[in-house]
Amino acid sequence: MLAYILRRLLWSVFLLLVVSFLVFLIFYLLPSADPAKIRAGRVQDPDVIAAITRQLHLDRPWYEQYLFYLKDLVLHFDFGRSYLTNTSVRSEIFGRLPATISLALGAAVIWLLVGLPIGVVSAVKRGTLWDRLAMGGALVAISAPVYWLGLVSIFIFSSDFGLIPIFDTNGNYTDIWNDPGQWLSSLVLPWLVLATSFAAIYARFMRSNLVEVLDEDYIRTARAKGLRERRVIFRHGVRSAITPIVTIFGLDLGILFGGAILTESVFNIPGIGRAAFSAIQKADMPIIQGTVLIGAMGIILLNLLVDVLYAFLDPRVRY
Amino acid sequence: MALLEITDLRVHFDTEDGVVRAVDGISYSVDRGHTLGIVGESGSGKSVSSQTVMGLTRAANARISGEIVFDGRNLLACSEAELRRVRGNDIAMIFQDPLSSLHPIYTLGNQIAEAVRVHNEASKAQAWDRAVEMLGLVGIPEPRRRADAYPHEFSGGMRQRAMIAMALANNPMLLIADEPTTALDVTVQAQILELIERLQSEFNAAVVIITHDLGVVAEVADEIAVMYAGRIVERAAVDTVFYTPEHPYTWGLLGSIPRMDVPRDEELVPIPGRPPSLINLPGGCSFHPRCPYVRDAHRRTDPPLQPMPDDPAHHVACLLDATVRRSIWSDLRAGRTPAQARKAEIGEPPPLIEPDPEVAPVAAEGDAA
Repeated sequence: MLAYILRRLLWSVFLLLVVSFLVFLIFYLLPSADPAKIRAGRVQDPDVIAAITRQLHLDRPWYEQYLFYLKDLVLHFDFGRSYLTNTSVRSEIFGRLPATISLALGAAVIWLLVGLPIGVVSAVKRGTLWDRLAMGGALVAISAPVYWLGLVSIFIFSSDFGLIPIFDTNGNYTDIWNDPGQWLSSLVLPWLVLATSFAAIYARFMRSNLVEVLDEDYIRTARAKGLRERRVIFRHGVRSAITPIVTIFGLDLGILFGGAILTESVFNIPGIGRAAFSAIQKADMPIIQGTVLIGAMGIILLNLLVDVLYAFLDPRVRY
Repeated sequence: MALLEITDLRVHFDTEDGVVRAVDGISYSVDRGHTLGIVGESGSGKSVSSQTVMGLTRAANARISGEIVFDGRNLLACSEAELRRVRGNDIAMIFQDPLSSLHPIYTLGNQIAEAVRVHNEASKAQAWDRAVEMLGLVGIPEPRRRADAYPHEFSGGMRQRAMIAMALANNPMLLIADEPTTALDVTVQAQILELIERLQSEFNAAVVIITHDLGVVAEVADEIAVMYAGRIVERAAVDTVFYTPEHPYTWGLLGSIPRMDVPRDEELVPIPGRPPSLINLPGGCSFHPRCPYVRDAHRRTDPPLQPMPDDPAHHVACLLDATVRRSIWSDLRAGRTPAQARKAEIGEPPPLIEPDPEVAPVAAEGDAA
C-alpha cells in the first residue's frame, strides 16, 4: 500500500512536469503580445523593454526559458511573477485558493446532500411518477449552463436589483475568517448555481448505479435473510452503488479546486478560476501557467486520494 | 398436515408484452425431514414458485393467488412485516451462484452474523461466534480466521458452504435450495449435496431442491416434482420417477442424461424444440408441440394432474392412455423407438385409436419396478 502510494506520487510529479511543459509550449508557440512589453506597462521605453527581456530571460531559447521556470518552481516552489502586475504568482494563487475551495466544498456538500438522496429514491421507486419527475428535472438541470443559470438567479435573487432580493451577488466575497456572515451570504447563490448541474448528474448516476445493484443476486440474498427493506437498500444496495460515485466525486472536486471559471466569473468571486480567466484575456503567461498547474495538482492529488480510499471501500481492490 | 402445503399457486406477471404465467396452478407439500426435488428447464417456473414461498416475488406487476400454508399459516395472506420474520428464520434459501449471491464488500462472518442478528436478540460478539460456529459446521477449516475473509477470497465450493452456513444459522424449518450445485465443479457438487443431506438430518428440516439436473435430485430427494411451463406435469417418489415415469417430458429428461447401464455409444436424446413462451402458452397440453406422442385432442384439452390408480402418490398430467404410456416407456427403456412416436418434424400423429381420456385408464401391466 505504502509502496503503491509512493509510486503514485512519483508518477504525479512526472505528470505535473509534463503538464507544465505542455502549457509552457502552448503559450510559447501561440502568438501573443511580447511579455516584456506587457511588463513594461505604459512607459514603452526600448531600454526598459530590453532590460526586462534580459531579466525574464526572454532572449534565451525556449527550452532554457522553460528550465529557468522549472528551476524556480522545483527549488523554491516559485511560479514566477505576473507580467502584468509583478505580483508573485504563488501569493496570487494562494490568496485566491480560500475563495475557490469555499465555493467548491460548499457546492459539493449541497450537490451530495441533494443529488444522492434523489437518486436513491428514484432508484427505489423506479418507473413511478416521482422517478419520472426527478429524472426529467435532472435533465433540465444538467442542460442549464452555469453562466445562464447564474445570470438568471442574479436577476431573480440579487439583493440590489433582483425580483426577490434575498442574496448578495455583488462580488463582496470575503474570506471566512474575516466575516463569516458575509462569506456565507456571498456564497449561497453561487453554491446553489454550481451545485445544480452536479446534483442532477449525481442523482442520475446514483439512480442508475443503484438500479443495477438492486438487481444483484446479493440483494435477493439480503431480502431472503429477512432484513428490513430500508436496511437492504442502504446497507447492501447504496453501499455498493456509492463506490463509483466516490471516484467521480474525487475528480469533480479536483477539477473545481483548479477554479470554477464560469461560476467565479458570473458571481465575481475572486477565486483561481477568475484569475485564470483574466490572465488568459491578458496573455499573462505566468498566472496561466500557475493556475493550470494548481488545477492539475488538485486533480492528481484528489485522484490519488480516491484510489487509496477505494482500497477501503472495496475489499476486492488490492494494490 | 405437512410443514409446507402449496395449493393451486399461480404467479402471473403483467408485462408490456402480456401476462407472463410463470407459475400456473401448482400444488405440492413437504414435511420435516423430507426432501422434494423440483426439476425443470429454465423458465419452467421452478425458481419463481419457490421464491414466492419466501415472498420475494411480490412486486407491483405480480399477481399471486392460491395458498402457501407454512406451519399452519398462509404466507400469501401475511403482511410484509410478518413475512420478514419468517424469511431467513423459519424458511431459508440458498442460491445458484454463491459468488454473486454473497455481498462482495462484507466479510462472510459479517454477513452470517447479520442473518443471526435480524432474528435473534444477540450481541455482535454472540452473533459473530454463531457465524464462526456455523462456518465450522459446514466444514470450513479454521472458521474463526476464515470468518474475516471476503467472498472473493473463497473457492466456489467454500462460498456455497458459507451460503449454507448463513441459511442454516437460525435453524430454519424449511430450506429452499435453488440450483445449489449448478455453478460448482462436479466433485464439489457431490460434497455440497452431502452437506445439505447431513445438515437436513441434523436439523430435521424440510428441504426443497430446485434443479434442472435429475442427477442432483436422484441423490438427495425423496420426492420429485417435474415442472413444465409453470405447471407440475409429474410428481412421484424418487424411484418411481426414475423407474416408471409416466410423462413424455420426464421421459425426455431421462433420455437426455447419460446412463451407465447402456452401451457407451448409445446417443443421448435431447428433447426437440424449446420451452414455450410463458406469455403465449400453446393450447391444450402445453407440452404438445414438443411431444413425440401428441394426438390431435391434446392440442385442445388441458390435462389435469391426476393420481395414478395404482399409486396415489404418483401424479401425472398426460392425456395419453396409461397402457399406451407403459408400452412407450418399456420401449424407451429397452432403447427401442416406440411405434407411437410421430416422425420427427412431421406434425401428423400416427394412426391410433384414441382412448377417451375421461375413461379410467386400464389397470397397470406388470411393468412396475
